Amino acid sequence: MNPRVAMNLRAVWAIYRVEMARAFRTVLQSIISPVISTSLYFVVFGSAIGSRINEIDGISYGAFIVPGLMMLSLLTQSISNASFAIYFPKFVGSIYELLSAPVSYLEIILAYVGGAATKSIMLGLIILATASLFVPLRIEHPFWMIAFLVLTAVTFSLFGFIIGIWAKTFEQLQLVPLLIVTPLTFLGGSFYSIHMLPGIWKTVTLFNPVVYLISGFRWSFYGKADVSVGVSLGMTLVFLAVCIAIVAWIFRTGYRLRN
Amino acid sequence: MSSIISISGVTKTYATGFKALKEINLDIERGEIFALLGPNGAGKTTLISIVCGIVNRSSGSVTVDGHDIGKDYRAARSLIGLVPQELTIDAFETVWATVNYSRGLFGKPANAAFVEKVLKDLSLWEKKDAKAITLSGGMKRRLMIAKALSHEPRVLFLDEPTAGVDVELRQDMWAMVRRLREDGVTIILTTHYIEEAEAMADRVGVINRGEIILVEGKAELMRKLGRKQMTLELRAPLKAIPPGLSRYALELSGDGEQMTYTYDNQSDRPGVASLIRDLEAAGIQFRDLDTKNSSLEEIFVNLLRQEP
Repeated sequence: MNPRVAMNLRAVWAIYRVEMARAFRTVLQSIISPVISTSLYFVVFGSAIGSRINEIDGISYGAFIVPGLMMLSLLTQSISNASFAIYFPKFVGSIYELLSAPVSYLEIILAYVGGAATKSIMLGLIILATASLFVPLRIEHPFWMIAFLVLTAVTFSLFGFIIGIWAKTFEQLQLVPLLIVTPLTFLGGSFYSIHMLPGIWKTVTLFNPVVYLISGFRWSFYGKADVSVGVSLGMTLVFLAVCIAIVAWIFRTGYRLRN
Repeated sequence: MSSIISISGVTKTYATGFKALKEINLDIERGEIFALLGPNGAGKTTLISIVCGIVNRSSGSVTVDGHDIGKDYRAARSLIGLVPQELTIDAFETVWATVNYSRGLFGKPANAAFVEKVLKDLSLWEKKDAKAITLSGGMKRRLMIAKALSHEPRVLFLDEPTAGVDVELRQDMWAMVRRLREDGVTIILTTHYIEEAEAMADRVGVINRGEIILVEGKAELMRKLGRKQMTLELRAPLKAIPPGLSRYALELSGDGEQMTYTYDNQSDRPGVASLIRDLEAAGIQFRDLDTKNSSLEEIFVNLLRQEP
């Protein structure tokens, strides 16, 4: 790569725009479905079950689950948006155009990950808005709330991008989100505080990276966390660094892109 | 420097161990129409894919207008337009959106007037708001071409452009290729329809089993390797070639009513005139005669046959 050549920002914009256009074309799937599923979570967990659960850390159960719900959607949507965005052209073959275009790997990443992250951040905010209709919310650290939101969206969009490049079939594309990410998210303290778990499970849970994301995010809302916020931030950054390293390796070797 | 693409010592071995290309050396001249001929699996698409940046080469180097495709990939790739063999388009995009996307991807500023002209030239203007998925096969092919031309390339690769294409589109495509050439665009087309190469190309390269086995001007190729045949309709059928004519390579067919004389343009075999004199001397009369040049197709088939 020649650093003296200016970036091809037009290409980044062209890809980004196509990615965003897809979200608006499938508005039902992209926006309305998360609103519906969030509402369902509130009906089931917030009202039906939540009314029988005491406050956790001094926060009503309904409000307690909001950051976890946002994270749940943020993780799954970032992964599915980004993995699909790069897998689909690979699948139909239209990736030839991207590979033959004068774009650098950095530009490809900026466009695809930027597009996927933007969509999931918008989604997170829609869920937040929906949630505010059901429960009283407060956000004690808005800066950190946005920081965790953006950081998580970017990190998991990168992760999704890696899955999309790795996957050879639609089945593989679903495999990682379904078998790994969803369980980790449910076991990551979306719906409970990890302090509620019995001893051994509390320790096991600390190996789950999603715990740190949700804990840190919840702290930005209510000032209460399962693990210290510095650790949360650190773990998120570590995962981001791992994803960046993998992407750098993919691009250096042309792995499953340029054979 | 007259060559716009210079390929030297390029090899490609896939991870499976399959040697798709063995040491390719090839120069494409500026502004020419170059036809790369070869049977399926000969390495045509692999070679194109390497030049365009879709497949990594195993060794060797390629420059496009002096820009190395590795070190200076931006400059190299921005000069190239590629129309791949397969119809691969994002089906849910409109014609207008996808062509403008291609232009942006290659770093060109938006230019609605230019894109409009490209679409009109390819008879796609009426369909500009249609989604790709609703287009017919021929229309999709036109769209692929429009995408490749959207960023004003100086080199256009057409990989099997007329495979499965109807006559009208084929003629439109040929007309377009000629127009582009007049504008100074270099065109490289791969095909196994020899008639296409014969009608269009300035030069022809033949690739087989990953090796370029020949590169020639089309006219020279036809002259050098082409053969002529003269067929005589005899007045009276012959049972055998009279011994006096044995120095000519003659064949009888149609129950002895046709006699065919095959000769190459440059061989030292005696000419047509002497055959006719000798026929007269032998008392063989004919009603009519017909001569024809062998087509590029026959040349091509013969070449591949000679390969070990």
